[in-house]
Amino acid sequence: MSVPRHLLRSTQRARQIVPNNVLKAISPVCTRVQTRNVTTPAYPGHIPLNWAENAFMAVGSAIMSLADPRRGDMIAALGETTASNALLNKLREQMLSSPEGRRILKERPRINSDTIDLEKLALLPEGTFGRAYVTWLEKCDVTPDTREPVHYIDDPELAYTIQRYRECHDFYHALFSLPVSVESELALKWFEYIHFGLPMAGLGAVFGPLRLDATKRSRLFQEYVPWAMKCGANAKPLIAVYWEEKWEMTMEDLKKELGVWDPPAAIWGKALSEKQREKKRREAAAAAAATSPASTSSS
Amino acid sequence: LVKEVFSSVASKYDVMNDAMSMGIHRLWKDEFVSSLKPGSVKVGKVTRCIDVAGGTGDIALRILDYAREKKADRDLKVDLVDINPEMLKEGEKRFRKTMYHGTPQVAFHVGNAQDLGKERFPDNTYDIYTIAFGIRNCTDVPAVLSEAYRVLKPGGVFACLEFSKVTQPALASLYESYSFSVIPLLGTILAGDRASYQYLVESIRKFPSQPEFAQMIANAGFEVGELQDGGAWRDQWGGIASIHTGVKLA
Repeated sequence: MSVPRHLLRSTQRARQIVPNNVLKAISPVCTRVQTRNVTTPAYPGHIPLNWAENAFMAVGSAIMSLADPRRGDMIAALGETTASNALLNKLREQMLSSPEGRRILKERPRINSDTIDLEKLALLPEGTFGRAYVTWLEKCDVTPDTREPVHYIDDPELAYTIQRYRECHDFYHALFSLPVSVESELALKWFEYIHFGLPMAGLGAVFGPLRLDATKRSRLFQEYVPWAMKCGANAKPLIAVYWEEKWEMTMEDLKKELGVWDPPAAIWGKALSEKQREKKRREAAAAAAATSPASTSSS
Repeated sequence: LVKEVFSSVASKYDVMNDAMSMGIHRLWKDEFVSSLKPGSVKVGKVTRCIDVAGGTGDIALRILDYAREKKADRDLKVDLVDINPEMLKEGEKRFRKTMYHGTPQVAFHVGNAQDLGKERFPDNTYDIYTIAFGIRNCTDVPAVLSEAYRVLKPGGVFACLEFSKVTQPALASLYESYSFSVIPLLGTILAGDRASYQYLVESIRKFPSQPEFAQMIANAGFEVGELQDGGAWRDQWGGIASIHTGVKLA
């Protein structure tokens, strides 16, 4: 049972129609009542922010994301603090406009290794979307479990919309056979910006290329960005796609249904993935320690 | 539980202090130590100091530097005690960058302020007991105060630097919004840890006011000054922090 929408206008300056103790009794979603202000967390992990805190978080997470791009939580926070209500409502409308999208909003599927049977997908025939997804996960050495949960969106349904957008990102990788290299991520950011309109994708698309060298940057803008712009504009609303029902479709059929096509072929990582790189580093350190005489301990 | 909070904040502790107080904590700590005037001009006299909840060593280092620079005292010793081993490690790392590393002037101990232990910390040993921004994390403050009384020599000085109640109403509401809005967000951004910094601001709010705390110090047996600002305590920056002192009479 979810809390009726008129009770969830939960921002600090909203008048509370139903007192907190009653809200607590009738809703499984409301977990605790803060004494300092009127807001109640609307879902587990919800951190309500007023406009000043939101602005502070937007600026702070932007700086931190550039300073340390491995802070996935900061990139997620930037996306949430810059996504306007109007934009998220537009995405929700896209979902509400099709029966498939309405089913997503009702069932609220999550994407992680518990909800997706990766072993079953690996047994699907070659050329199907499910098989391509599992192959891509293995090739890039990533898992579907690393997405930060949503904290800074007040409406639970819009929070789910952003969560869904974040979790589906890997599906776009698999669909277009793009690796997790910086240029491919930027190609996808351009695609997502044109298609979804989210400011975070735009920021990434504009500032991300500054970290690339000249050859990669020119290839990005000459080959990938035109693709991203045409394909992103042409695609059927991807937020309303129930990916978990498409495992058995062939890649060609799926791409035709969605109105998309492949980007120029990507150069797959010469670099090893992070997990393997770390493993190699540890093995090298162990070998060095074994061969050299007893040395001073490291900090 | 306090231990877990400080394990997760240990490596970023100093960075966070600078960010949250915009560097002002350094001024408070400088004032704290210089008002104690640790050290002796008499060569060979060993002043013994214990810095409890000393963690990353801000106070211990200042005490040693003051004695060296102002009194030419290289015999003063500081025992740095903290309940959390990770914080102590950060302290040891900081001290390795100084001239005190490897000298008998500083020693690091894992210990509980509420129960230091008679074997390692016998009665009537220390001339100065300091605790800076640590006592509010202790669940049993009277126990900390009586341990402080026990280990100090007669004539020894107890000094505590801690966040306190802001007395001026305008500053108070500004400080309140800053604490509850900005600090947890800074914790999220810089340290990826909102919960620990939420805990921090709540523990500040729960701590007794200046007169209440001064009374607790008096109850432990210390002689304190008059129960007003400038007597038993000295407010820093309008009461955001406060320095409480007491003397163990002979």
